[in-house]
Amino acid sequence: MSKFDVIVVGGGHGGCEAAAAAARAGARTLLLTHCLDTIGEMSCNPAIGGLGKGHLVREIDALDGLMGRVADAGGIQFRMLNRSKGPAVRGLRAQADRALYRAAMQRELAGIGNLTLQAGAVEDLLLVNDEVAGVVLEDGQEIAGGRVVLTTGTFLRGRIHIGEKTWAAGRMGEGPALGLSKRLYDLGLNMGRLKTGTPPRLDGRTIDWAALERQPGDTPPEPFSTLTTAITNPQIDCHITWTTPAGHDLIRANLDRAPVYSGQIEGTGPRYCPSIEDKVVRFADRTRHQIFLEPEGLNDHTVYPNGISTSLPEDIQKALLATIPGLGRVEMVRPGYAIEYDFVDPRELWPSLEVRRLPGLYLAGQINGTTGYEEAAAQGLMAGLNAALAAAGGEPLLLDRADGYIGVMIDDLVTRGTQEPYRMFTSRAEYRLLLRSDNADQRLTPLGLSVGCIGTRRAQAFRVKMAAIHQARELLESRRATPHECAAAGLAVNADGRRRTAMELLAFKDVDMARLATLWPEVAALSPAVAAQMEIEAHYASYLHRQQADIDAYRRDEALELPKSLDYAAVSGFSNEVREKLQRHRPATLGAAARIPGITPAALTLLLAQVRRGKRRGKRRAVA
Amino acid sequence: MSLGDTIFAPATAAGRAGIAVIRISGPDGGSALAALLGENCVPEPRRAILAAFRDPLTGEELDRGLVLWFPAPHSFTGEDVAELHCHGGAAVMAALLRALGRMAGCRLAEAGEFTRRAFQNGKMDLTQAEALADLIAAETEAQRRQAQRQMAGALGQLYEGWRADLIGALAHLEADIDFPDEDLPDGMTARQRPVLRRLGEHISAHLDDGHRGERLRDGCHMVILGAPNVGKSSLLNALARRDAAIVSAQAGTTRDVVEVHLNLGGYPVVLADTAGLRESGDAVEAEGVRRARARGDQADLKIVLYDCAATPEPDETVLAMRGDGLLVANKVDLVSSPPRHGLGVSTLTGQGMDELLRRLTEEAARRMADGGPPGLTRMRHRRGLEDCRDALLRALEQQDGELMAEDVRLAARHLGRITGRVDVEDILDVVFGDFCIGK
Repeated sequence: MSKFDVIVVGGGHGGCEAAAAAARAGARTLLLTHCLDTIGEMSCNPAIGGLGKGHLVREIDALDGLMGRVADAGGIQFRMLNRSKGPAVRGLRAQADRALYRAAMQRELAGIGNLTLQAGAVEDLLLVNDEVAGVVLEDGQEIAGGRVVLTTGTFLRGRIHIGEKTWAAGRMGEGPALGLSKRLYDLGLNMGRLKTGTPPRLDGRTIDWAALERQPGDTPPEPFSTLTTAITNPQIDCHITWTTPAGHDLIRANLDRAPVYSGQIEGTGPRYCPSIEDKVVRFADRTRHQIFLEPEGLNDHTVYPNGISTSLPEDIQKALLATIPGLGRVEMVRPGYAIEYDFVDPRELWPSLEVRRLPGLYLAGQINGTTGYEEAAAQGLMAGLNAALAAAGGEPLLLDRADGYIGVMIDDLVTRGTQEPYRMFTSRAEYRLLLRSDNADQRLTPLGLSVGCIGTRRAQAFRVKMAAIHQARELLESRRATPHECAAAGLAVNADGRRRTAMELLAFKDVDMARLATLWPEVAALSPAVAAQMEIEAHYASYLHRQQADIDAYRRDEALELPKSLDYAAVSGFSNEVREKLQRHRPATLGAAARIPGITPAALTLLLAQVRRGKRRGKRRAVA
Repeated sequence: MSLGDTIFAPATAAGRAGIAVIRISGPDGGSALAALLGENCVPEPRRAILAAFRDPLTGEELDRGLVLWFPAPHSFTGEDVAELHCHGGAAVMAALLRALGRMAGCRLAEAGEFTRRAFQNGKMDLTQAEALADLIAAETEAQRRQAQRQMAGALGQLYEGWRADLIGALAHLEADIDFPDEDLPDGMTARQRPVLRRLGEHISAHLDDGHRGERLRDGCHMVILGAPNVGKSSLLNALARRDAAIVSAQAGTTRDVVEVHLNLGGYPVVLADTAGLRESGDAVEAEGVRRARARGDQADLKIVLYDCAATPEPDETVLAMRGDGLLVANKVDLVSSPPRHGLGVSTLTGQGMDELLRRLTEEAARRMADGGPPGLTRMRHRRGLEDCRDALLRALEQQDGELMAEDVRLAARHLGRITGRVDVEDILDVVFGDFCIGK
């Protein structure tokens, strides 16, 4: 009799969410990490959210995950990005105090009932009948648990580079991880190699702040979590500075010492987050590049210079900093570096994030080729939840591209794979106007409730909120006014004699709730939050209506599941290239097949015919 | 190489002929050829040789003819393809097809299957596949030219180019949305407006071609209108009998409208005769008149005919029907002076008919002349382009970047559907349902 249903390995952002989600769903859960003190550590930049990423945090929150609440507890500057643009593309971003964030995360985990935290190094997986059934620790101790979630970050063949210096890093080289990585390599999974980097850290006391442009946060700050009533931490400013031509010359003169250009690094770095040496080479005509100076905490002098990630030698990093306005006398606390690591081609996973070739094993986070805390946390949540559901003998919760950014990300990963560290952008979501951060709870909390991963506090708050929203919708749909009545209230509409509902009027450019209240005073009684929600819904109504048809078509394709046993070699008419791709990717649905690059519409028709034929045969058998 | 069935079919029309061609495509094409010719007689790729075709079972010689061998991927379908040029008789053909049908993995092709495989193997895009159907169906010189240009990819390239422009503009809009904190150039979204506007104008101009391409594909519709007994049927028959207007299809009747297909100077014309126009209390006749009027309204050109021997002035109803059509006065052989209105002809003596034919050819040419950019040939293209342009117009009205991007994204998708670049499974059913070619 095993003590646990789900074992989560790793205490980063993915691991925390995985453990919490599994426990929320009712699984007896164990979180194993090499050091309990570093649970919830922000190992790179001290910030949560942004465009697309902020959407992910809201979705994690909607499924009752931790990241939103923890970021609210640790946040020391909040900014709503794209405030001048429409609500669908606004993204919340917060600077966090690393110590406060870590403490809040550890507090959250400690408060979860059926979750055990244990320090320990995992040496291997325990297999029973070719399925994962637990883990083996470094000291040989076996822990039985139905399902295992690996959220081990960059531990596979990790290697750090600073200038000419390079060494194995992560937990590679230590005893325990070696066995676990050997197990993964022995599975024969398709692997890739990626690179990411981090900037040097600065001592804030040696920065000439007065010389720099100030970037304040929003007042009042808007929280991530719908359960947070107010942000209580003191709020700080960030500052902006720029690189200079002198700094660019210095970089150019020392490119032969940059690992990215000397051939020392083989992994692919992200195009959207290049190192400063990459920026200088690729955008040679630019005379300056922007740097955000982000404090790492209220009581921490460390400053994170966002925008100059680098793996140049330490002496060049110091010389580069000296060329930057405001940093003339700056002390470098530690140098920046690049890290290379192996990742598992996420096309090796089912959409539940379970490894196709090893039932019972789930992967989440950087090991799947993604970058970013939010991406890791969202995968962790889904992997932990699905592991718990599987342990209880249930079906996995699979979010699709119309459910949320989480669905977009996982679908991108498992059907298309990735060639660079995968990061979320709003442009990845084809239903972007629907997948807003303001309605993440409306989209996802009901799904969470259906699988039992929503706590009572959120469930209650959600019911109250939805009741108010339904009431408001009914109110605005039921009130109607003629063009004449509108004109009398100062609303310019076509004099076409058509009576318009309050909701329709709200879609007009210069109509807001206050204007509607002149026609219908009862509208003024709506709470500000509900009123704002109604304004957003009205703003996108016509587009959402059109998008619904697209979504219906998309879901029809998604409903056409391709049998796991489908023998592509036996289907006639595919070109070699198409056949080879389908065999390798084994898409779960017709829709997923369509999103594999290089799969032609013609191949899809064949596939469709094949599935339909199979279905008909299946039905006939059933009748007979 | 594909692992599917190997298909074969006559590539030429059935019937007695000097030669006929059988085409074989698929992975077993090579072994089928070897079985027919003998192991050592399979020709070099793309070299014609003379060979004996033998029944693989009995060794009996079925026929002798030329053989061509196109190994994958350099063939029409992208698969291994063989062509047998045999003698064009029913018995020869039947014997060869029977021999092929007995071979493992070989079966008779379904309608359109060769083209379908070519499309599936990336040998042509959708517009090219459609063009092939048009080329085979082409009856006139101008139709052939149009289909050939489209098959060479002219239309597909034009649309793909526009789609690339749209995707470029979209990328800028998206960057503005997704990277608000980056040091991007100012006004990126605003700078896409002229790009989108220009593209919208190009598409509008392309759409506003007077349906030139579709007319050329389907024929320019002309209709003869007029009061009873002015000689409408005689005019139709007279035109159809002229050597200059070669009739390429048998006249058929559609209850009350008679149609003939003419080839006027290389342009396809469908000429229709209608019921006589007159006020009538008779229900059946009134219905005929209503249909005649409707037909006249849909036609590309109305030929309004009157009898100048009976009435020097055409009837008011008839004149009202004319619009921008051609007014023709029949029976000029019965009057002494030229008619005061319209072009005088006599269907009886042939007087004025050359001039009428010249005018009709001119009118047809004006509506279908090619030489400009590739024309739109199908309703499916027109609808896709209209949707694309409408989305662009909406995008230009938007103030919000994310709504603008949404419409541009839709516009790109509408364009992509025409060449088969994205989610076209529903279109494919229609496209391949239309096909009955390539056998």
